[in-house]
Amino acid sequence: MIIGLDIGSRSIELVGIVDREVVHTKQVPTTFDPLFQCSELLDGLRPASLVGTGYGRNLIQQLDLGCPCSTITEIKAHAFGAAHLFPEARTVLDIGGQDTKAIALAKGKVMKFEMNDRCAAGTGKFLEYTASVFQIPIEEFGHYALKGENPPEISSICTVFAETEATSLMARGERPENIALGLHKTIIKRTVSMLNRVGLTFPLVFTGGVANNPCVRELLASALKITKPTDLLIPATPDMAGALGAALIGCGQQ
Amino acid sequence: MSDSAHREMWEKLDMDLEAHDALLAVLGTFYGDIYLSQENRLKGAEYLDFVLSEVHGLRIKELEQAKAEGRKVIGSFCVFVPEEIALAADAVHVGLCAGAEAGTELAEQLVPRNTCALIKSFIGFKMAKICPFTESSDMIVGETTCDGKKKAYEAFNEIAPTYVMEVPQTKTAAAKALWKTEVLRYLAEVEQLTGVTITPERLKRGIQVANDKRRALQRLTALRAANPAPISGRDALLVNQISFYDEPIRFTTKINELCDELESRIQAKEGVTPGTTPRLLLSGCPMAVPNWKLPYIVEGSGAVIVGEESCIGTRNSRDLVDESGDTLDAMIDALVDRYMKIDCACFTPNTERLDNVTSLAKELNADGVIHYSLLFCQPYAHETLKVDKALQSEGIPMLSIETDYSMEDVEQLKTRVEAFVETLA
Ligand code: SF4
Ligand code: SF4
Repeated sequence: MIIGLDIGSRSIELVGIVDREVVHTKQVPTTFDPLFQCSELLDGLRPASLVGTGYGRNLIQQLDLGCPCSTITEIKAHAFGAAHLFPEARTVLDIGGQDTKAIALAKGKVMKFEMNDRCAAGTGKFLEYTASVFQIPIEEFGHYALKGENPPEISSICTVFAETEATSLMARGERPENIALGLHKTIIKRTVSMLNRVGLTFPLVFTGGVANNPCVRELLASALKITKPTDLLIPATPDMAGALGAALIGCGQQ
Repeated sequence: MSDSAHREMWEKLDMDLEAHDALLAVLGTFYGDIYLSQENRLKGAEYLDFVLSEVHGLRIKELEQAKAEGRKVIGSFCVFVPEEIALAADAVHVGLCAGAEAGTELAEQLVPRNTCALIKSFIGFKMAKICPFTESSDMIVGETTCDGKKKAYEAFNEIAPTYVMEVPQTKTAAAKALWKTEVLRYLAEVEQLTGVTITPERLKRGIQVANDKRRALQRLTALRAANPAPISGRDALLVNQISFYDEPIRFTTKINELCDELESRIQAKEGVTPGTTPRLLLSGCPMAVPNWKLPYIVEGSGAVIVGEESCIGTRNSRDLVDESGDTLDAMIDALVDRYMKIDCACFTPNTERLDNVTSLAKELNADGVIHYSLLFCQPYAHETLKVDKALQSEGIPMLSIETDYSMEDVEQLKTRVEAFVETLA
């Protein structure tokens, strides 16, 4: 089995492949001890080779697996995973725990990419943080925001300032669902400009944990004026795309 | 020279020894990690290591000696300040580095927080009393190359003797005339400071010494076109950085020796990395000592840097001063011509730079370009977009990086650079 391991800031995903077929997938939270989490994930598995990706990709060197190990960036991993799932893909958007990436593809290869700067504005962290202000579990935050209408303009994309704006809106009596929707909208603004900078062409594949959020999906589709469902493609498990891409690259290296 | 003798010297310069110790400790660790850890290094790199290890020691001692002989020390921050004139007046011309975060909080008392790291650094170095070059300078020459610097020198003048040259912003005939008056004004200022009258013979000599230095650097640049790359980008950057403060004649000799070694390496087809390594050109803002963050990340990501399109790089060495003039006026005109060729982002328009970047990338057989601009640096941030377009039309991929001297974004930079290198492989 060839394993792809995506060690992200919030979660770690593992995809195991045999003969280019996915035979094993698993996900755990990253916690403050990602190395321990990785060994838990790998417990009982005997990979023929392993490819690490994500923020913590270099940790695999400390795993001592006794098989060939290599690393690739999450940009290449998501591009590869997305292009495998949707060979027609031309652009990939990956919104993860701490980073947002827009990737232009040509024949499944990365042509150009953009990534957010040091701060986590507009990423999963932003949603996580603001959801906690609403005391709503992150998994439900998107559904909650979808109940909103007439979202107030939130001008700040900075996670901390956006919270300040949200609290002052609450103090003014604005409906919390509307504020939640407004917060989701700020992510979309930033994302769309990043997509435009790499020269967005359809079909667009949306990967990463934030692609699970129904409100972000809906707002993205409307901001990009998507009419055909084939223009915005979302994998069944978008958070697995990076690990899948890494595993596939491991196959290529065999 | 013993450490205690160094300390005595630093104390005499009124430096803050404790803060300076801290700076040297950081510098030492950095240097070990980034430079001494390299494989297949050149023999000639011993000179670099030595100069760097004695940067605040023996070199300062030399400055002290020069001063004891009645010579003056002139510091500068920009390649627009003509070194030839200082040399002609027997003064020592040193580029002040400003490549570390030290003293930033202090600097923010004099300049706004949203100021580029380079400006904050030179002000911080002075306020924290940690730079012996700054402390040894009898005069520091500023220039009006960007609004940030222009205003910063007003504040800097209150804490250090600062003289400012007005660098024009266009390349029209009027701009050139302005620059000529500035060069003449500077010449008079240097004469006054040093008590030396600059004769044609003296200026001729100054021009020659500076040109020889540039010729050695040009030779180095040309040799880096070879594949496999004969020298790491880090070492080459260091050569360029040292060119700003080591004694120029010694530097020229040493770098020519280094180039001899490179030539035999190239002949033997030996390199610092395999010939399949992706080759990158760095382009953009200058990288002052010890700003080695990005080169370190790039070369740690499986690429090799083959050139620096920057002021600590080809912008400083590309053009020579015409040596044929014999009168003072002809030589001044030659100087003016040479300096007006500098393609700093402060000029409008600055189309020469676009041509220079693309042709350099091709000459050095670079697979891609990394454009570096300092956070809050308007001129280079603007040009990032133009350079990207120019390179795109030539089919040369470019990655743009905007950062400062802090280490907080190292992991993100690594991801970007590695991903860029992956696209080239
Ligand atoms: S970039 Fe411009 S201002 Fe800076 S050193 Fe170079 S010429 Fe001077
Ligand atoms: S880096 Fe940019 S902003 Fe800073 S001094 Fe140089 S030109 Fe000015």
